[in-house]
Amino acid sequence: MTTQEETGIYGLMAEFDTPSSAVAAARQTYDAGYRRINAYSPYPIEELAEAIGFHKNMVPLTVFICGILGAIGGISLQIWTSAIDYPLNVGGRPLISLPSFIPITFECTVLLASFGAFLGMLIMNGLPKPYHPVFNVPTFDRASIDRFFVCVKADDPKFNEDETRAFLTRLGAREVSHVEK
Amino acid sequence: MNTNYAAPSDLGRIQGVALGIGLLGIVAWVIGLTLSGNVREIFFHSYLVAFVFWAGIALGCLGMLMIQYLGGATWGLIIRRPLESGSHTLILMAILFIPVAVGLGNIYEWMHRESITDEKLRAMLDHKSLWLNPKFFIVRTAIYFAVWLLLMLVLRKRSHKLDETGDPALIQSAQDWSGPGFLLYAIACTFAAIDWVMSLDAEWFSTIFGMLLIVGQGVAAIAFIISVCVILSRREPMNHVLKPKHFHDLGKLLLALVMVWAYFSFSQLLIMWSGNLPEEIPWYIERFKGTWGYLGIALILGHFFLPFVLLLSRDLKRNGRRLVFVAWLVIIMRFIDLLWLIVPEFEHGHPGHLKDYLIYIASTVGMGGLWLGWFFWQLRSKALVPYNDPLLPEALAAGGGH
Repeated sequence: MTTQEETGIYGLMAEFDTPSSAVAAARQTYDAGYRRINAYSPYPIEELAEAIGFHKNMVPLTVFICGILGAIGGISLQIWTSAIDYPLNVGGRPLISLPSFIPITFECTVLLASFGAFLGMLIMNGLPKPYHPVFNVPTFDRASIDRFFVCVKADDPKFNEDETRAFLTRLGAREVSHVEK
Repeated sequence: MNTNYAAPSDLGRIQGVALGIGLLGIVAWVIGLTLSGNVREIFFHSYLVAFVFWAGIALGCLGMLMIQYLGGATWGLIIRRPLESGSHTLILMAILFIPVAVGLGNIYEWMHRESITDEKLRAMLDHKSLWLNPKFFIVRTAIYFAVWLLLMLVLRKRSHKLDETGDPALIQSAQDWSGPGFLLYAIACTFAAIDWVMSLDAEWFSTIFGMLLIVGQGVAAIAFIISVCVILSRREPMNHVLKPKHFHDLGKLLLALVMVWAYFSFSQLLIMWSGNLPEEIPWYIERFKGTWGYLGIALILGHFFLPFVLLLSRDLKRNGRRLVFVAWLVIIMRFIDLLWLIVPEFEHGHPGHLKDYLIYIASTVGMGGLWLGWFFWQLRSKALVPYNDPLLPEALAAGGGH
């Protein structure tokens, strides 16, 4: 941490013109032993996420657990309201009339699961984040238009500014920028 | 024929095994029939279940074939040949309909209007006899098969010509046929579902019934295609073609179809449960009793919950050898679903024991031998992928695009 604070460097950002060159570069960076890598593209590229070794995360599990909680909550609420607290006889059907309870249970499952997805994604991404160093790269705006970026972070054990810069340049980056902290 | 994609030689062995198991099924069927008291009735009842099951997979293949042309996605290209082979079995199914036509009197209640003592029921059947009479029934089925066979042959002809010429206009033409074709297909399937299955209880009706069987066909067809792809992916040349990505796509499709099946089935139950009308609810009351109640729960768990939860996993979908177990579960559940829909109508409110239904397994396995024999004969006769399709390189790329 101390060396980073001294040099004030967040990492090195390599810029690519095409998705395939970015994917190839990310793959080679990963193969070269770098692990603290990030990639930015204007639209989701599944191969890019795979290339930097990022596909396992806890969001699906969060969604699943929240969904189950929603289902249990939804069905318990209905059982309590129409069978326990105020027993309601609807045309002689059983008090716990499961088929009629399913739609609400389903909606509650979806509601809680989407909360889980939305909030889980925000929290695990560390959002909201008013400041992020990557925006110090002047051309980075184009990551949401037509450019593809691969960033090697300075806290990677293999990181060495000169070597890493040379390495990224060899991969065919049109530009490798120093990312200010 | 492009030898790069020729079918592996041991598909012939698999075909032989399928025919052998089918033969065992037929032997078991015959033994079961001789042991049962009422050979003629039981034969036609078990025959109808087997017929609807295998016709369903054949029709599901035809439907998916048109959908993959319409979607124009590359996942469809990889399974086009298995789908074509599956829909070609419709010729076999058309021949196998003849016994159903012969046994109408043993299968359908509406054939015996005269002998019904219940005045109200007889008046209702008299009223419906304009539609539910044997001549018109057979003519209608002939029309359904004419529609399906026409679509199958049209698409097949274009696909085979594409192998020779590689002319992209042929794909366009297949696509142009598939749009209106799918509409005709769905209408014919809806009416077939009403005639073959729903009319077993001539009093009862459900407007979603056709869709229910169409989705069931899709589920069965995709599960079957996954099994075929796993067999192929263990052999030359398809072991170089079928990647985790392709199984991922097929797994997603199976997940979606399983959900649609559950949605349609539940919609029908919810509406009838809420209405609780005397002309609708008896159908369910019959199916909540005894063995059928347990099989109904098995359907909820095995045809929806279990495959749904398993198929959520990305790793499982990408691993063909694990995905195939879900596919088999779903195929077995399709069979149980058809039992649950059809057989209670033969019992008039007196559900039997589980062992009484073994004969239905025997008949379905027996007919399955023939069906699979036909399927593998078709699959072996052509290259396993449409090698002249302009999209093939994209479909074969490791990514296996959409």
